[in-house]
Amino acid sequence: MKTLVWVEHDGNAVKDATLAAVTAASKLGEVHLLVAGEGVDGVAKVAAQIVGVGKVHVADNAAFGHNLPENVAPLVAELMASHDAFVAPATTTGKNIAPRVAALLDVMQISEILSVEGPKTFTRPIYAGNAIATVESSDAKLVLTVRGTAFEKAATSGGSGAVEAVSAGGDAGISSFVGAEIAKQDRPELTSAKIIVSGGRALGSSEKYEEVIVPLADKLGAALGASRAAVDAGYVPNDYQVGQTGKIVAPEVYFAIGISGAIQHLAGMKDSKTIVAINKDEDAPIFQVADFGLVADLFSAVPELTGKI
Amino acid sequence: MKILVPVKRVLDYNVKPRVKADGTGVDLANVKMSMNPFDEISVEEAIRLKEKGVATEVVAVSVGPAKAQETLRTALAMGADRAILVQTDDAVEPLALAKIFKAIADAEQPGLVILGKQAIDDDNNQTGQMLAALTGWAQGTFASAVNVEGDSVNVTREVDGGLETVKLKLPAIVTTDLRLNEPRYASLPNIMKAKSKPLDTKSPADYGVDTAPRVKTVKVSEPPVRSAGVKVADVDELVAKLKAMGVHS
Repeated sequence: MKTLVWVEHDGNAVKDATLAAVTAASKLGEVHLLVAGEGVDGVAKVAAQIVGVGKVHVADNAAFGHNLPENVAPLVAELMASHDAFVAPATTTGKNIAPRVAALLDVMQISEILSVEGPKTFTRPIYAGNAIATVESSDAKLVLTVRGTAFEKAATSGGSGAVEAVSAGGDAGISSFVGAEIAKQDRPELTSAKIIVSGGRALGSSEKYEEVIVPLADKLGAALGASRAAVDAGYVPNDYQVGQTGKIVAPEVYFAIGISGAIQHLAGMKDSKTIVAINKDEDAPIFQVADFGLVADLFSAVPELTGKI
Repeated sequence: MKILVPVKRVLDYNVKPRVKADGTGVDLANVKMSMNPFDEISVEEAIRLKEKGVATEVVAVSVGPAKAQETLRTALAMGADRAILVQTDDAVEPLALAKIFKAIADAEQPGLVILGKQAIDDDNNQTGQMLAALTGWAQGTFASAVNVEGDSVNVTREVDGGLETVKLKLPAIVTTDLRLNEPRYASLPNIMKAKSKPLDTKSPADYGVDTAPRVKTVKVSEPPVRSAGVKVADVDELVAKLKAMGVHS
């Protein structure tokens, strides 16, 4: 089986979620990559080093510069004439593009796979991870998105994929990029961080989030996260949100501070290797999944922890 | 401009899903069902666009069993003008749903179709994008702001790193994210009024769509259970545990 993996990149580097998608694709067969964008020769060379990659298709065109699905999906659909599976990371970009590709190919997509059980059989979470479905496709071609935390990341050096330019596609003329407000954080990205420090509604304000959560994250070189309640209360921006409707994370260590552990939050972090919970309510559901629970007032316990760690 | 709003009847988001003992799915017998929360946001957005004078008519549509009428009545009580129920007892996959909505869009000629970004049962996150592919229209997914200006719409999208705004030519597809708006509750008079609003009943066959599934569910199981660990007595003990794991500054 020949797979085509969507490479998510920032113009220079390949994003981690792509590396998990490569691992998933390699379980199906030969791995080809698609690098689309404007001025992406450099990224294509980086992508060619990923272990296990046979070929890198490079579509360099201003129309692909902002991943507009109206322009990109027809390009992918055309390349799929010579591939059997399209595999995208389940990021906001992958989720935006893959179903549009699937419908162009008249294929039912399988979203957010957790494992590859057979050539056409996969597991995926439903009901926010409260149940796991094993599903089997009957379509001639596959369109998949891959949950990044469920697969190991492919190694980024040692491969030697052949780079090949693709001339297909262009501007469909129905959409354009206006602008972006991308939060610049001088710390690891939530979805690839080894340690995450998350704060919840118990903090009470954005000032307290800054005062209590940020220093611990700084000290550990951790990413910052939050529960939906903290985001909705305006303590932090929405891209901090960990949970069913936010980001799905699985770091080595996850600190849940002042987070009660609503189902919607647990769905986003319960695959973390070690969970540390600090909460003054000893009956908080978060303690049912925490490896280390500390029943304490976070306003005194967290600064103490920051000082002693 | 007309706005089409697909809505789905799902297990209420406050109910904890239980996997059936025979592994065939999640138990939906005698549990509370409600409108998919993201679809409530879609209905609200469509109604607000009508209240602003941007839209002239809001048409809610649902594909599902006879009981999905209740979901449509909720949309009507919130302020939708009329509804279409495409009645079927089969589970309909996003691709077939998109084909049904495409046929309805061909007939109704809406300026916008606003859908929830995903349904909280299957978590597919596909139907809007698929409908956009089939209609050839532009798509603004995971919207946190929607501004119609002349013959185009600016959609601000919640993306992994923050926000992104795209400009789409109308007609277009929008899928809604959590922070787009806070849906209203229907008032009692509006619930009463909704009972007399028009609701058409159709079938997938009326639109020439084959709803046979392409993906077979082999089994549905409980997720692996994570067991609780230990409670530590104080910060010192926590620090010791963390240091033993190699976690320190």
